[in-house]
Amino acid sequence: MSQRKSSRAGAGAKAAAAGHIHFVQGNEACVHGALYAGVSFFAGYPITPSTEIAEHLAERLPGIGGAFIQMEDEIGAMCAVCGAALAGAKAMTATSGPGFSLKQEAIGYACMAEIPCVVVNVQRAGPSTGLPTKVAQGDVNQARWGTHGDHSIVVLTASSVQDVFAITVEAFNIAEIYRTPVILLFDEVVGHMREKLIIPAPGELPVVERLRTAVKAGVNYHPYLPREDGRLPISDFGDVHRYNVTGLFHDIFGFPTENPEQVSKLVYHLVDKIENRSHLLARYKEFYLEDAEHILVSYGSSARSARHLVEGRRRKGDRIGLLELQTLWPFPAQVVREKTAHAKNVFVVEMNLGQVMAQVKQATAHPDRVFLVNRMDGMLVTPTDIGKVMRTVEGRGF
Amino acid sequence: MDRYRFLMSGSGGQGVITMAILLAEAAAIYEGRNAVQSQSYGPEARGGATRSDVIVSDGPIYFPKVTQPNYLVALTNEAMGKYLPLIRPGGMCLYDSDLVQPDLRVDARRKGLPMHQAVLDTLGLPVAFNICVLGALAALTRVVSLGALEKVLESRFAPAHHKNNKTALHLGAELARPHVDD
Repeated sequence: MSQRKSSRAGAGAKAAAAGHIHFVQGNEACVHGALYAGVSFFAGYPITPSTEIAEHLAERLPGIGGAFIQMEDEIGAMCAVCGAALAGAKAMTATSGPGFSLKQEAIGYACMAEIPCVVVNVQRAGPSTGLPTKVAQGDVNQARWGTHGDHSIVVLTASSVQDVFAITVEAFNIAEIYRTPVILLFDEVVGHMREKLIIPAPGELPVVERLRTAVKAGVNYHPYLPREDGRLPISDFGDVHRYNVTGLFHDIFGFPTENPEQVSKLVYHLVDKIENRSHLLARYKEFYLEDAEHILVSYGSSARSARHLVEGRRRKGDRIGLLELQTLWPFPAQVVREKTAHAKNVFVVEMNLGQVMAQVKQATAHPDRVFLVNRMDGMLVTPTDIGKVMRTVEGRGF
Repeated sequence: MDRYRFLMSGSGGQGVITMAILLAEAAAIYEGRNAVQSQSYGPEARGGATRSDVIVSDGPIYFPKVTQPNYLVALTNEAMGKYLPLIRPGGMCLYDSDLVQPDLRVDARRKGLPMHQAVLDTLGLPVAFNICVLGALAALTRVVSLGALEKVLESRFAPAHHKNNKTALHLGAELARPHVDD
């Protein structure tokens, strides 16, 4: 009864002209953001609710000289992304829960080998195959600690279609600057929801290009010898320099080492390059925090419910505000501590059993004032859900 | 009204989600309003219960789901039974009078129109049934103009479908016209 569309991707993805209003899903906005940032390679394996990202890039990449590969599984896809990124491409993959679990080994490889790449996880309810078409935010800790060993990683999120675009561009930039995988941790509601998107003109948002080595052909290139500013220029793998890349602890040549001093130096480098810059990586939005007695902390689609409640209560004169986190890792503890310092109560709104709440409790001087408003049943947490918990905490009953 | 909350429901394959996207896109792009469209569906592509929510407003829209619709579209009895109790008192419910029997105890303005049969009679096929429903919904609510919907239909569908779509859209609007509340 519904008619076949002119193309699976529809008009939205094709007419990507800047300035116009598009009406697209969050997943499509992610594709537009990736293209704006210069993505030229995607490898993936389709999985709900992330599939539209693969679908649209399959349509767009070949036409701009890029490559799209549907791999045999998510493990292969993440490995292909590592290879393409080393060979010079801005590379990404997209998946959801079970696929994200499969990618973890190669994400660790990207951390260790310092490969810039972007991994999108449009979260659905887990564990395991869970609820494929329903929303959750249960992968916050997995995004940070899903791969083994001491490492650091950057995890970003967004709550609107427009913000998905902007944060995707940021993800590619951060991946390039720090030579790290960056996780875009969206959720089913934001991924599938349609609203307006205005694509900025080229140059309007900064785009960080690959830092390539100035070492000429025939001269030894040391892949892991940092410049004075700490950055590691890359020689496109397979181009003019021969060098080694490994998941083992390695020296400046990229060859395996068991030298305790080098091992220790590398693990601290991998962690410090991100953790020491958490202030530079903290992206967040704040609404009415100046005089707020009650502060909601939220992210992703939950933050929309929180904002709905805050706007309604502000109209009634309540001193309530919202801190919307866009950087989840490295956790912006200092921002949370400062912004909530004078709050009577802090309510963390999320769709899991308290993964960000635990971080907020740790960040604040008053963990006893931090309360969880959550929902983990496949449904988007509602403003009413938040209001009920607040009334209870405020001693006003249900 | 500054805020329209639509809940559209039916069975997978009826075009419920497509209908919701078209309505929201017409409002957002051609009527200059804000619109958010979201959906809820099961793992099956055909036959499962389908629901799509659309909010249209002149102001910003934060919470994207509809908990209490002003306007309910129900294209199966299952959908009607499940969602009619959610409707705001005095809200409007649009359904196909041949396919769905509404619960008469709920306080709602019921608009039952023989849209499916009209599409069959006019086009000979049930294609564009959802477009016919959309035409009726636009006429009843005035949330978007038929002109805006025509533009969206032309931008979203291949030219081969334009004629049938336009016919179905106006068929729905004509069926609804005698039922428009002032």
